[in-house]
Amino acid sequence: MTAPFDLTDDGVVVIIGTGAGGGVLANELAKKGVSVVALEAGGRYLPDDYINDEWDSFGQLAWTDPRTTSGDWRVAKDFSGLPAWIVKAVGGTTTHWAGASLRFQDHEWKAKTTYGEVAGANLLDWPIDPREMDDYYTKAEDKLGVTRTNGRAGLPGNNNFKVFEKGARALGYEEVHTGRMAINSADNDGRMACQQTGFCFQGCKWGAKWSAAYTDIPRGEATGNLEVRENCHAARILHDADGKVTGVEYFDADGNLQLQKARVVCVAGNSFESPRLLLNSASSMFPDGLANSSGQVGRNYMRHTTGSVYAVFDQPVRMWRGTTMAGIIQDEARNDPSRGFVGGYELETLALGLPFMAAFLDPGAWGREFTTALDHYENMAGMWIVGEDMPQETNRVTLNSDVKDAHGLPVVNVHFDDHPNDIAMRDHAYKQGMAIYDAVGATRVFPTPPYPSTHNLGTNRMSANAQDGVVNAHGQSHDIANLFVSDGSQFTTGAAENPTLTIVALAIRQADFIAAEMSRQNI
Amino acid sequence: MSNTMKTLTRRQLLSQSAALGASFAIGAGFVAGRAEAENWAMEVDHLAPGTMAVLIQMARDIYPHDQVADRFYALAVKGYDTAEAAPAIEAGVAMLNEAARETGHAGYLDMGWERDRVAVLRGIEDSAFFQQVRGGLVTGLYNQKAVWPIFGYEGESYSEGGYLYRGFDDINWL
Ligand SMILES: Cc1cc2nc3c(=O)[nH]c(=O)nc-3n(C[C@H](O)[C@H](O)[C@H](O)COP(=O)(O)OP(=O)(O)OC[C@H]3O[C@@H](n4cnc5c(N)ncnc54)[C@H](O)[C@@H]3O)c2cc1C
Ligand code: SF4
Repeated sequence: MTAPFDLTDDGVVVIIGTGAGGGVLANELAKKGVSVVALEAGGRYLPDDYINDEWDSFGQLAWTDPRTTSGDWRVAKDFSGLPAWIVKAVGGTTTHWAGASLRFQDHEWKAKTTYGEVAGANLLDWPIDPREMDDYYTKAEDKLGVTRTNGRAGLPGNNNFKVFEKGARALGYEEVHTGRMAINSADNDGRMACQQTGFCFQGCKWGAKWSAAYTDIPRGEATGNLEVRENCHAARILHDADGKVTGVEYFDADGNLQLQKARVVCVAGNSFESPRLLLNSASSMFPDGLANSSGQVGRNYMRHTTGSVYAVFDQPVRMWRGTTMAGIIQDEARNDPSRGFVGGYELETLALGLPFMAAFLDPGAWGREFTTALDHYENMAGMWIVGEDMPQETNRVTLNSDVKDAHGLPVVNVHFDDHPNDIAMRDHAYKQGMAIYDAVGATRVFPTPPYPSTHNLGTNRMSANAQDGVVNAHGQSHDIANLFVSDGSQFTTGAAENPTLTIVALAIRQADFIAAEMSRQNI
Repeated sequence: MSNTMKTLTRRQLLSQSAALGASFAIGAGFVAGRAEAENWAMEVDHLAPGTMAVLIQMARDIYPHDQVADRFYALAVKGYDTAEAAPAIEAGVAMLNEAARETGHAGYLDMGWERDRVAVLRGIEDSAFFQQVRGGLVTGLYNQKAVWPIFGYEGESYSEGGYLYRGFDDINWL
């Protein structure tokens, strides 16, 4: 029962992108009776369509439209056209995600106050009180069915976790468990329990892992208030002489340009496409792009301080069996500047299949030093580092007019340099990660460089003051009252935790705000 | 494999061979495994057979896995045997043979020790040719499903019901 809305219907909320932010917002608004048109650049794929094969799945779901890169991060050298690993499909990157769902720690909402001045970092406090988020986090955890929250049981640990846990305990770590995961440990919400298939990154064929593609999207559609237009690429947001947005131009599935009128526009295309759309919507009234009076659109790009540690043992581990992210160590997530950096990091198990391991273990490497590592693939264990990185004004997404996409639109260039704090944190995490595996008898360890970014944040950040950022505490743009940002690009700072639970909690909160402002006729 | 392999018998192939390289039989329009156990041969349409033989050896020298047979490396580079790709590959292999000759060998396949071949490869590793071949192998070799079992990787598992009842937590040596 999908609602077909007319292109000239100027009473609808248009949401651009249907991932963690846009997909949830669409359903939450539709449930409140608000009419929603969601434009999604990708197609619709459901569990039956997902493929248990790393490269085939990547070809099916990943965003592979052109992008360019610069800066000192190794991704710019090894994967110059692929700065991020994100999805172009209904449900967005929640099809690929591993499901780790952690709340921010209280102090992380107040990074500037907690960390003080950090040279070269453009730190700011979130304009949100952590206590305000408690209920929204609970709602988000219940929506996603997060394990180890609100009475739900944890998942069982797989082989990769058991190696990790034993090493962690040997080092004296105490907060070690199988994670808070948006993966069912028992049948829940009409979806079955995890079967330990091991292809969480390729779309869960059982539907045990939460994805907006088969939860929030169809539920929103079932209300009769949501129309999802797939294979529709938003090109430009239009405004009137009063500076209010009035609609969205998009290329439909046949490549024809269409114009959908709108009462409110919410941008949720992930942290490259959202600023790209605002910048590509520049007009004579807004020559620097929409919502950009601060000049902060596209700046402060954050990707988490990441890296992996893999290790080889003298006996089999078979890390690929079971949940891809099967457990966590949280002891290092605290802020303890005596370690030589501010902020903290999480360590989470991670497994790649042989094809991705060959591509990502040490990109560009060849010869026996490399191949003898893969020879022992069966005996490998792996973990991923995710820590808070510093927002820097010069880490930014800009339009690259020399390169155009299939629609003739300028693509983004993504510039990133590591901050010294990021490097100090990564080095600390590598050391700890290697010590964990050494404690279980690793014969060889690999401090593996970051992959193309899976967490992309900050390029339309939230701020109390209009001159410091792009949106206010509700994701509403400082400059244009009926223009919102609804994805991870609104993050003021990144915190140590995987971002999606917070993106979802903010989307639920934003839906309350938008519905209330609409009924008050403020927007 | 069979679709890329010639249907001739090994005896026919070997009798047609013009030259025997370090590890391959090279004949008119084909490259074949030389050892009795290496029962494979590959037709080439656009590359000289000698070029394909060098390419296969180069592939092994870039990503050497002693437990992986030549035929997997052959399949990994088979894609270069097209009208479009062949000229650049011929030029690259000519460069590689020339680099080998500069070290006093007759050609790349005449270098018996891997360390000598690797030294030559190190000398050209920044070239577009080397990077093309290396980059292509990352998927060309490691994304062959037939290679996965050699490394113990089990691939697709949904059709088997995942690992919940098939050893996701069966580690017994910790
Ligand atoms: C392999 C992997 C593992 C991950 N694991 C975790 C994890 O364990 N925990 C966690 O918290 N996070 C994880 N993440 C990150 C998580 O997926 C993202 O944080 C989250 O999905 C971001 O939500 P979003 O709404 O910002 O964007 P997305 O979910 O990426 O959605 C954006 C959508 O917008 C669409 N779009 C973009 N531009 C346009 C346009 N112009 N017109 C129309 N549509 C457009 C895109 O096609 C896409 O569908 C992982 C990511 C990856 C890749
Ligand atoms: S391991 Fe569990 S969550 Fe991951 S794909 Fe398999 S069933 Fe889904």
